[in-house]
Amino acid sequence: MQIMLNGALRNVQATTLADVLAECGVAGRVATAVNETFVPVSARADLRLSDGDRVEVLGAMQGG
Amino acid sequence: MRAFYGTTLANPLMLGTAQYPSPAILEAAFRESGAAVATVSLRREGADGAGQAFWEMIRALNVLVLPNTAGCHTVKEAVTTAHMAREVFDTPWIKLELIGHTDSLQPDVFQLVEAAKILSDEGFQVFPYTTEDLIVGERLLAAGCEVLMPWGAPIGSGRGLNNTYALRAMRAEFPDTPLVVDAGIGLPSHAAAAMELGYDAVLLNTAVAKAGDPVAMARAMARAVEAGALGAEADPMEPRDMAEASTPVIGKAFLS
Repeated sequence: MQIMLNGALRNVQATTLADVLAECGVAGRVATAVNETFVPVSARADLRLSDGDRVEVLGAMQGG
Repeated sequence: MRAFYGTTLANPLMLGTAQYPSPAILEAAFRESGAAVATVSLRREGADGAGQAFWEMIRALNVLVLPNTAGCHTVKEAVTTAHMAREVFDTPWIKLELIGHTDSLQPDVFQLVEAAKILSDEGFQVFPYTTEDLIVGERLLAAGCEVLMPWGAPIGSGRGLNNTYALRAMRAEFPDTPLVVDAGIGLPSHAAAAMELGYDAVLLNTAVAKAGDPVAMARAMARAVEAGALGAEADPMEPRDMAEASTPVIGKAFLS
């Protein structure tokens, strides 16, 4: 399956959002959105991704 | 000092975490400033775990964290960002920024009120980055905000308080609401002036981060907000147009 992960095309084997994050090596405190909709941590294991889905993974950063 | 959603700050300085020459200088500047609140943001996180490292450094500072929605131009974008920030930073506090103008980064106050209502209804404690407009302030309070953060000048401009008349009017109009001058501070005197107006805190970033010596500027800002707050509490004299001799004339020698 091909998805967009943080704006870059990725081929992934996993199907759920939680497994895709693990497959892509994303760990720690992050927040996720799929197709511009927020997906809380508690929903990641049950959320099945589809081909072409846009996944955003955000972490802490410096800000003013 | 007025409490921010029930939290009394140990120090009226809110300091941004962006643009420092190095993480070590950021950390030293924070310690020197005594700032009670650190503003933070969200960006795309990769496998390198940069965000995780930054989060651990902020936690070690032992300050309150105020995540922002910097760079958001629509209600939807800002609300989604707020949800994501709440999960990453584990706080109901959100500095709500809805940018309306590219050059001045002036808030889009219409969308700001709309997003503030949605987020307040969802249990967020919203710190809205707004203009000095009194009616917008009223609408934000009606939307559920319990803090207002008018700009001093455009973000990163360092111009100080562009409209002290309006900021003073805001203080008078909202006597029970915690008010923060957010953005535009360039010098310690600007920060002191905001506190002298009776504001409850000052939020700044670039003035410290982009100073030649950020740690020294952090120290200066800490003393400026303290001096300004003490001055406001001391009930300053009223200015007058003409001179009034401070040295008594009674008993003066006749020598001419």
